[in-house]
Amino acid sequence: MNKSRRNFLVQLGSAALFGAGTAAGIHSLTATSAFGATPTGSPGIPKGTRWGMFVDMARCEAGCSDCITACHTKHNVPDFGNPKDEIKWIWKDSYAKVFPTGSQQFLAQQLADKPVLSLCNHCANPPCVKVCPTQATFKRADGIVEMDFHRCIGCRFCMAACPYGSRSFNWRNPREFLKQVDAEYPTREIGVVEKCNFCSERIGTGRQPACVETCKTQALVFGNLYDKNSEIREKLRTRVTFQRKPELGTEPSVFYAFEAGHV
Amino acid sequence: MHDTLKVIVGLALFFALVTLPFWLGAVRSAPAPAPDLTAKDTQCVEPVAYMRANHMKLLDQWRNSVVRDGDRVYVNSAGKSFQKSLTKTCLNCHAQKEKFCDQCHQSVAVEPYCFSCHLAPGQSLVLTSGSRLTVADFSTPMDGRQ
Amino acid sequence: MFDKALSGGRAYWLWLAFLSVIIALGISGYLRQLEYGLGITGMGRDISWGVYIAQFTFFVGVAASAVMLVLPYYLHDYKKFGRIVVLGEFLAVASVIMCLLFVMADMGKPMRVLNVLLYFTPHSIVPYDIMVLNGYLVLNIVCGWVTLEAERTEVPPPAWVKPLIYLSIPWAVSIHTVTAFLYAGMPGRDLWLTAILAPRFLASAFAAGPALLILLTFLLKRLTGFDSGREAVQKLTTIVLYASLLNFFFVGMEFFTAFYSSIPEHEHSLTYLFFGLEGKSALRPYMWISMVAGVSAIVILLFPRGRNNDRWLMLACALIFLSLWIDKGIGLVIGGFIPNPMGTVVEYTPSVTELTIAGGIWAIGALILTVLYKIAVTIKTQAA
Repeated sequence: MNKSRRNFLVQLGSAALFGAGTAAGIHSLTATSAFGATPTGSPGIPKGTRWGMFVDMARCEAGCSDCITACHTKHNVPDFGNPKDEIKWIWKDSYAKVFPTGSQQFLAQQLADKPVLSLCNHCANPPCVKVCPTQATFKRADGIVEMDFHRCIGCRFCMAACPYGSRSFNWRNPREFLKQVDAEYPTREIGVVEKCNFCSERIGTGRQPACVETCKTQALVFGNLYDKNSEIREKLRTRVTFQRKPELGTEPSVFYAFEAGHV
Repeated sequence: MHDTLKVIVGLALFFALVTLPFWLGAVRSAPAPAPDLTAKDTQCVEPVAYMRANHMKLLDQWRNSVVRDGDRVYVNSAGKSFQKSLTKTCLNCHAQKEKFCDQCHQSVAVEPYCFSCHLAPGQSLVLTSGSRLTVADFSTPMDGRQ
Repeated sequence: MFDKALSGGRAYWLWLAFLSVIIALGISGYLRQLEYGLGITGMGRDISWGVYIAQFTFFVGVAASAVMLVLPYYLHDYKKFGRIVVLGEFLAVASVIMCLLFVMADMGKPMRVLNVLLYFTPHSIVPYDIMVLNGYLVLNIVCGWVTLEAERTEVPPPAWVKPLIYLSIPWAVSIHTVTAFLYAGMPGRDLWLTAILAPRFLASAFAAGPALLILLTFLLKRLTGFDSGREAVQKLTTIVLYASLLNFFFVGMEFFTAFYSSIPEHEHSLTYLFFGLEGKSALRPYMWISMVAGVSAIVILLFPRGRNNDRWLMLACALIFLSLWIDKGIGLVIGGFIPNPMGTVVEYTPSVTELTIAGGIWAIGALILTVLYKIAVTIKTQAA
């Protein structure tokens, strides 16, 4: 090729390398503010908080769905009556479904028989937050992966990104499918994504999440993972716990124990 | 130019139509919106003039603050604290949405979508069982047993 | 130059009328969707992207293929492409507009789309995709239009358009790479989590796009007598052949990694697509049609008797276009959701309304393409 075209290609290549390098540099400087950094607190959230949940499957009663009912009632989760449009914030599924990458061979009886609780893990490195184009789903300073229903454009990118299937979408108008209404909490609109929010509206006013409060066997413990003296840290110290799909690096905030403990 | 009269008349007609919103109000008066200002408290979160001009901005700030920062307490210009909540603070006093909010909104053809999610007292919903539920107030949680 | 599109024969106007009917049906379907919700489609909690995003992904590829004309002609002085470069650019314009429309059709809250610009999020790939797609649209409109205008007035194109044309070359590669990044970084979707997703996208784009272009040249010859040039078509055929070979090579690579490693998460989606999983195999026939069509097309194009014969060439191009349309749209996008993150196989069937809306957007693309091609061909045949 002739000289001017060659010069152009050389210049283009150098510009591209320079641009890529600059972009990478800027990105690494600004990226920590979005997620993955130590929570620094915000006006309404005290510093040094990371909310987590301990799920004691040894105490969880097979056949009981009190936590599910409490959550879905308190948050006006609609019932569309079919699995395609279904919205669920918390539910029970078999061990193989909740831990599909875990060992499935010669499972202990308690794992094989009893359905496991499944909910949003409020990951510390959430892929859903990474992909959301409007930050409608975002990580709060206290670690809760929150939904801003006012901002969501319904692109459902977060649903594709979540490795746990924790998210639901309002495929239809939810106001037409409410079994009951709790006026303390709003409903949602057609066209937005929703999921468990760790009851941010309750913990903001000093209460426990609805599921934790309702559980009659105290199988759920909710607390500050950064507080060494919290009940949840005590549980994590004394019980062997598992996270869902830890190999993906999402750093879930929900920990499961299966064998009965002394605490 | 050709057809001078037609052009002039056409232009005048066009100008009149295009500026209709500006002069029609002076010629023909529409009833002014009359929001019912009776409320539990005589003092709103902020002075009336400020609220009239800025309530939308205030609510927008509130929702971002509550949802995104977890900050639920608003300290007004006089130093008094309020909970940042459309339903629990604003509608606690201005309980009748139709007599208050809707009056001005309908008059200026504004359709804020707040109430397609947030529940207002007096709002009526039909549950899947077919029974009708009317939102009363927010002091006690409600369910379909009513 | 738009006046060239306002005069045409009976066939031209009948075709535009037919497209308008499809568009009207699509619009009415979309209004129903706005009212009822996206639940009117076959999408659901587990398959949260369907026909719309599948078509979006495919047509980003078709749009990128314009580079296969621009690169040889402008960068390597391959004069034989001179008559048809603008056809590639205009195909890119119609394709990108279709892409943007498909994304809009898929939004749960389309009235809030501007939030993506208002709340720019540097760690999401979406804003970059929007930037590169719209930039590419503007580039192709400007470059195509200005060069065509210059041809019409029989003057050389202005000097400033050259750098823009050169810019469109890496830009074409970027639009499909960035679109691949939408998929390739998601930890929960093993069918997409592969380093060769962007290369795969580009290979299938450079096969499907030029194949469509070849078919369009034959159509133009038949309808308007516009001759694109035998050597140009032959060169495009070579591009289609090697891009197709590369694409199927990549597919083979995916199969090897998945099945030789026998890691269940890597295997599952491919198993479902090609063999069925948990007794469910709704997409299996389509995937095998895609395979057979694609391989047949390659076989036809490998032999001189195949690619030199107009009828066989047209058949091969149609087969490879169909094959890649199924592979990228149905196979890749839908297949990525099956099984769901909990390992359950949930199947997807698009609804009538969904297909009507998609058809309407196809018709809009066809309308834009028809109008632009009418202008281009009229000018080029008048200039000749």
